Amino acid sequence: MNDKLKETLLRPIFIGNPITTLILGICSALAVTVQLKGAFVMGLSVIVVTAFSNFIVSCLRNSIPNRVRIIVQLVVVSLMVILVDQFLKAFAYSIEKQLSVYIGLIITNCIVMGRIEAFGLGNKPIPSFLDGLANGAGYAMILIIIAFFRELLGSGTLFGFQVIPQCLYDLGYMNNGLVILPPMALILLGCIVWVQRSIQKDLQEK
Amino acid sequence: MEYLSLFVKSIFVDNMIFAYFLGMCSYLAVSKNVKTASGLGVAVIFVLLVTLPINYLLNKFVLSPGALAWLGDSFAGVDLSFLSLITFIAVIAAIVQLVEMIVEKFSPTLYSELGIFLPLIAVNCAILGGSLFMQQRDFSNLGEAAVFSLGSGLGWFLAIVTLAAIREKMSYSNVPAALKGIGITFITVGLMAMAFMTFMGISL
Repeated sequence: MNDKLKETLLRPIFIGNPITTLILGICSALAVTVQLKGAFVMGLSVIVVTAFSNFIVSCLRNSIPNRVRIIVQLVVVSLMVILVDQFLKAFAYSIEKQLSVYIGLIITNCIVMGRIEAFGLGNKPIPSFLDGLANGAGYAMILIIIAFFRELLGSGTLFGFQVIPQCLYDLGYMNNGLVILPPMALILLGCIVWVQRSIQKDLQEK
Repeated sequence: MEYLSLFVKSIFVDNMIFAYFLGMCSYLAVSKNVKTASGLGVAVIFVLLVTLPINYLLNKFVLSPGALAWLGDSFAGVDLSFLSLITFIAVIAAIVQLVEMIVEKFSPTLYSELGIFLPLIAVNCAILGGSLFMQQRDFSNLGEAAVFSLGSGLGWFLAIVTLAAIREKMSYSNVPAALKGIGITFITVGLMAMAFMTFMGISL
């Protein structure tokens, strides 16, 4: 049992990462990664939403009629998202403004729905909670990797602090404006998939 | 003229896929061949076109701050905007269900063609995203909301059909093993997005 829990927790972070292997939840992964701060908050929000909605649906799993389960799941998920959204509005207003519609779009984030369908509906509440936690964390990790490169190369800062020293700029170094724009996020994600699949050869497509 | 500018802008400049990454999951999953891709594209246009004006009316007359004033003065101070997420998604899920039933009843051929895509659309970010952008941008009348929904739907359709065409050809090319499949698709979409960026700054 302990091994199984460990597997539930660790697998989604590396081997079965929801973004790079299952290709779920790309929409927001790309849009909020211009700065580390936004990516960090977004990652945390998704962890909270996935973990708790997986938990709630798992508690309800024996009483949800199969035919209307999508609507029930959507209601549970959107309740969680509303809670997160209101929390952010109250305590981190500027970041909430910066993330704009993407917080609301966690509702339709495939990771949340996918985990509920694949895990929450068929497992006990505690493992479901951990599964949601781990998948959210796998998502957050990729977000932070992409945001790290985009903020470093695009603005020369990390979490808003200047990292690239002024003397480099004096030598003629320039921030790469392209990295901040949408296309580079896709290309960076492509490169991450490339690196991961070169290491884990069994994931490669024939 | 304003409508035309909004229309062109929502297809090319504010393209759902290339500028906002909305609906990316089904975009990547269903773009392996042109036929199914255009089926999904049509379904997205259709659902966007139906749900967005409904959500616009809901937002205008029920949800936004002070919107309930038409019920009487005592309602003028009510702000229900925190309910907008759950209302929008409920409308979308209900409409998708309804559309599915109607299509099944009246056009079985179209139903079997769209088949599995219709229920999938309820959780397509492009649909909810369209409604959320509509709320954020404060369109002044129903016509603008409808034009915006048609434009974004067409933009999404265009994006998925072009990617499917590229991927059909790409299946014959010699891509590095680790990059095969999804890796090269990401990079292709990135390059397509770069191409679409040339539309930026167009104003009609």
